[in-house]
Amino acid sequence: MGLEFAFWIMAVVMVGAAFAVLYLRNVFHAALALVLCFIAVAGIYVTLSADFLAAVQILVYVGAISVLIILGVMMTREVQKGNPVNKMRLPAAIVAVVLLGILVYVVTSTPWGISTQDPLTPTTMPLATKLFSENGFILPVEIGAVLLLAAILGAIVIIREKKK
Amino acid sequence: MSIGLTHYLVLSAVLFCIGLYGALTRRNAVIILMCIELMLNAVNISLIAFSSYIVPQLLTGQVFAIFVMVVAAAEIAVGLAVVLAIFRHFSGIDTNDINLLKW
Repeated sequence: MGLEFAFWIMAVVMVGAAFAVLYLRNVFHAALALVLCFIAVAGIYVTLSADFLAAVQILVYVGAISVLIILGVMMTREVQKGNPVNKMRLPAAIVAVVLLGILVYVVTSTPWGISTQDPLTPTTMPLATKLFSENGFILPVEIGAVLLLAAILGAIVIIREKKK
Repeated sequence: MSIGLTHYLVLSAVLFCIGLYGALTRRNAVIILMCIELMLNAVNISLIAFSSYIVPQLLTGQVFAIFVMVVAAAEIAVGLAVVLAIFRHFSGIDTNDINLLKW
């Protein structure tokens, strides 16, 4: 009962904040609504008994990515111009609604093989074992580290002022 | 009616479609990046829902979600660098004005 209640609250907050990202006129307020949406997503993770990922969601998205986005909003000084839309409004709405219809139809009509076991909690130690063990995901972890290094270097190179 | 896998997947689809609509229609490049983050979060929700309903003891979906987060962090860093470079070049980030690759 409590879980259902939490799910519906998180779902309503999440969808409302996502719409606020689209429809708030001030770009800075849209960034704050995005932070609220990330927090609600972390709550959804908690209801799915993914405790480690909820913490990572708070740390990475609410902590780091939102700071980057707010920095981007402030550096570009576009706050006054609001949140304009382009000419593709109607086609984009049709595409989004049709895709939503297809996804909902597929999700509701597929017989999912729901397991009867309870989910594993707490997940931190099993996740670490899975990520770093011999037969686990150690190679993708290393590739992810290289990807992050390449992204940092690429961002620095792109953003650097050209010396005359 | 108790909460099941379908609820989470429909929620994820709704969030994905909101993000898709925003990424297709907005003209502010930073808002487009935000909408892409919304879409990545939607995918993460569905991955974790699959993980905890289909294979509750294996956590494979959660490992995938971690890698999605790594790629999202890399994407937002490079994306904001590109946006700032565009801002410096055009003194604005309205995507209607960015037509360097348009023939």
